[in-house]
Amino acid sequence: MLIPHPILGSRDAREFTYLGDVRLVDRPDPTGPDAEAAFCDYVFLRDNPAGVHRELWFHEQGDRSCLVVTRSTITHDILGAELARDFALARKRGGE
Amino acid sequence: MKFSGFRVFAEALKGNTGWRPLWRNPEPKSDYDYVVVGGGGHGLATAYYLAKTFGQSRIAVLEKGWLGSGNIGRNTTIIRSNYLLPGNEPFYEFSMKLWEGLEQELNFNAMVSQRGVINLFHSDSQHDSFRRRANAVILAGADARLLSREDLRAMVPFLNFDNARFPIRGALLQPRGGTARHDGVAWGYARGADLRGVDLIQNCEVTGFRIVDGKIRGVETSRGYIGAGKVGVAVAGSSGRVMAMAGMRLPMESHVLQAYVSEGLKPILPGVITFGAGHFYISQSDKGGLVFGGDIDGYNSYAQRGNLPVVEHAAECGLALMPMIGRARLLRMWGGLMDMSMDGSPIIDRTNIEGLFFNGGWCIGGFKATPASGYSFAHLLATGSPHETARAYRLDRFSRGYVIDETGTGAHPNLH
Repeated sequence: MLIPHPILGSRDAREFTYLGDVRLVDRPDPTGPDAEAAFCDYVFLRDNPAGVHRELWFHEQGDRSCLVVTRSTITHDILGAELARDFALARKRGGE
Repeated sequence: MKFSGFRVFAEALKGNTGWRPLWRNPEPKSDYDYVVVGGGGHGLATAYYLAKTFGQSRIAVLEKGWLGSGNIGRNTTIIRSNYLLPGNEPFYEFSMKLWEGLEQELNFNAMVSQRGVINLFHSDSQHDSFRRRANAVILAGADARLLSREDLRAMVPFLNFDNARFPIRGALLQPRGGTARHDGVAWGYARGADLRGVDLIQNCEVTGFRIVDGKIRGVETSRGYIGAGKVGVAVAGSSGRVMAMAGMRLPMESHVLQAYVSEGLKPILPGVITFGAGHFYISQSDKGGLVFGGDIDGYNSYAQRGNLPVVEHAAECGLALMPMIGRARLLRMWGGLMDMSMDGSPIIDRTNIEGLFFNGGWCIGGFKATPASGYSFAHLLATGSPHETARAYRLDRFSRGYVIDETGTGAHPNLH
């Protein structure tokens, strides 16, 4: 698989380490009233969709940036990639 | 139809005209006491033990494709019970005992061959950890032997003992481990279940669950609604998709694992050999093909096919271990869907929906567990309580902090 890195262009997936579902950027509030249940959900439960999946790929053998890659789990087609930093900032601005 | 040597002889005289299909192909009835979703190894074994051991009737197995079309038909056929943790080892040893009596039990040749499983170690620390594992295995009543380099050289002289980076220091041997004929296991259980009145319904995809007041009433399928008293789901890599129809999120991801078979060669490998410095395992089938595999590809996938980097890695491991296979040509390769759980161990448990039971999370090691998984799941379905060897496989163990993490890698399914 080739991952379209937003800065470095098309890179071999072998340069990356797979970190899993993009929901991992949404770390729950550790001081919240239901923090224990929320963290259990965050750490262990996954949607695991058959179809379009947004996921984190860490460019470990490259520029060490973290990407949010949109990929089909049925065909392995990669539909897009952006810097996880941009993704997180956009969510913050969007008030999510 | 009973299989025997006499029967084979008699059929030979009659031109093999007397053989009949091994199971019926019935139409689904309107309702059953037990519906097992998934006609693979675990689902068929569940139905078999429900009927045979637990004396239940009105059982159906619903299969989307054909019987045994999933991972039971696409694995590296290894059976073993050399686990470390107390939550796992008694279960896998129970499975090994069932394997040892399986063919007589089913009157079907599953080609169970206890040719030994050798796990190589390459460093002092690995030596220590394997010694610990061997002790844990023996404590649970199974068999394990630590082999020195010399013992090992006498058994498998063709290994590359003096690899510069990963010299072989010795091995952990389980003499009772080995291989079985994977399709034969599915067929044997299917035939045994069918003979006891279980309806094996193929080309019947479950498309939804009918749940009323938190209780299961039946399943919607591509062949119409089927009522059910209890529903057991054993669908391996499709667990996430199927349980989502009941509104559940699971502690697992689906990944692809590839396996490979070489062209047929003369007998060169006496048993199963695993490389300790990379993820690689190999055995030789009775037809002569080298059957081997390595790591999962490492990203979520439902594609039933993998990519080349992992093929390359497996081939590199193989050559580091036994350079003699360098000229063997790869005949075929395939990928299967692994239900990779968050701690690398399976789940056999009830759910929050009354009457709905779940069996999954077998990761890359479901084949060896087939008999015990079926037995334990049938036990749970029929009696409502977990089998004594499967008590640790609870769905809520993650929230309670009782994970069973053999590899100690944490909640990273692609590392188990």
